[in-house]
Amino acid sequence: MREILELLERDASLSHDTLATMIGRPVAEVSAQIAAWEEAGVIRRYKAVVDWEKVDGTEATEVTAFIDVAVAPARGVGFDDVAERISRFDEVRSCYLVSGGHDLRCTVVGSNIRAVSDFVSRKLSTIDRVTATATHFVLHTHKRDGDTFFEPEPDHRLRVTP
Amino acid sequence: MKPLNDVISACPPSGIRRFFDIAAEMDDVISLGVGEPDFVTPWRIREAGIFALEHGYTTYTSNAGLPQLRRLICAELEKRYAAQYAWDTECLITTGVSEGLDLALRVLLNPGDEVVVPEPCYVAYEPCVSFAGGTPVRVATRWEADFAIDPAAVEAAITPRTKAILIGSPANPTGAVQPRAALEGLVRLAEKHDLYLISDEIYDRLTYDDTHVCLGAVPGARERTVVLGGFSKAQAMTGWRVGWICAPQAVAELCVRVHQYTMLCAPHVSQIAAVEALEEADGDVREMVADYDRRRRVFAKGLREIGLECPEPGGAFYAFPSIRSSGLDSETFAERLLHEESVAVVPGNVFGPSGEGHIRCSYATALPQLEEALVRIDRFLGSLR
Repeated sequence: MREILELLERDASLSHDTLATMIGRPVAEVSAQIAAWEEAGVIRRYKAVVDWEKVDGTEATEVTAFIDVAVAPARGVGFDDVAERISRFDEVRSCYLVSGGHDLRCTVVGSNIRAVSDFVSRKLSTIDRVTATATHFVLHTHKRDGDTFFEPEPDHRLRVTP
Repeated sequence: MKPLNDVISACPPSGIRRFFDIAAEMDDVISLGVGEPDFVTPWRIREAGIFALEHGYTTYTSNAGLPQLRRLICAELEKRYAAQYAWDTECLITTGVSEGLDLALRVLLNPGDEVVVPEPCYVAYEPCVSFAGGTPVRVATRWEADFAIDPAAVEAAITPRTKAILIGSPANPTGAVQPRAALEGLVRLAEKHDLYLISDEIYDRLTYDDTHVCLGAVPGARERTVVLGGFSKAQAMTGWRVGWICAPQAVAELCVRVHQYTMLCAPHVSQIAAVEALEEADGDVREMVADYDRRRRVFAKGLREIGLECPEPGGAFYAFPSIRSSGLDSETFAERLLHEESVAVVPGNVFGPSGEGHIRCSYATALPQLEEALVRIDRFLGSLR
């Protein structure tokens, strides 16, 4: 049944009917399993992968930046309290504890470069125990979460072959 | 002008060609007529090919092929199927199974020797037998028996001139996987009548319900069996033209002899890419196979739901449904379906007389296209009622 999760992760639009056929199980069983996963929070939600650069009129209305954050750890909580505080902002799309020169790596989204800069200088860097930040603006997305954003290769096959 | 070669002149062009010509002219065609994967070669394999080009691997290799590749192939056969071949004396790299088949037939046959060919079968089997100076002898397999080869029917076709039996499993066009009992029956026949066996196993990794049985590993078969395999299907490497032959030393040696004069070697870059395929791409293969399996289930069920009888094909990426309920012969069915609904399939009769009443549908096509094809075929069937 684990296969269902892998399939949905790749294409959440597959119907229960198709999923059931694909893995050779009764549709009722598949539906019940999915409902159980939704209930348990294994499946948190379903969403679409959008290539915003292709949407008319929304070009450059959103910018993304990776922000590396250095944090002074505190006894008892380490980095957790700061990480959680940062994660609560809607602007922050992801936040990881990482090894290397900084401690946290965050993805921040804003309507323009100014908005992201303001967020970093006014919100992030002023949090207690945040000692430094480094901001990397995304110029172009080539691949995100396993999806490539360049044109798929055309089908070079002949139409009918032995 | 003096006449050209009689055997080749007498060989009819493939029935597939005609459908290709029609389909190539049309727009908005959904093609279920393609006998190759819809996946592009996995990137890590392509990248290995690019690396090989960059570093100048543009030369000949030894006639038999890169030792590293032959070692890997033999290790894989042993690991997967318990088939044992010595990489240095019993294995050679060919430019696809197509060349491998040609080599095997040329090495095994003397003029006038007969080769029993269960059909429906891949379109090249009979012509290749003829080109090698042999005579193909068809043995029908029946849809009702899942196209399993009946050793008794094969035995009835054996004459003093019979030299070999040529089979493909999993099969193009039927998707049938030969049950172990049928393979064992063929081996008994081969022992009894002193025959060779040629086993085209290009679809070996594409089995969905049962594990593939390598004919070379069936007890008694090894000394009289030529196993053909390659990278075109499971690794999606059709255009690289790289395959292999594993056979007893005496046969393999003569295959290398023909190969060294006619082909010299398989493309060097392709052989390097094939090494990568065996060393690193097993995960890619497993993912592609899992994907074919899911499409197989959806497509076969879809065919049944629109009224075409179609047992679940056990291997390859073809469904071979019966279209007898339509009242049309397979050629007319395929031609009208193409003209009226722009869906290209291959009529079953081009694979032998037992393919009449069927069409070959490749499900190596994206799922949404398969679903649209089903809608169109359903509409076409409706128009016939």
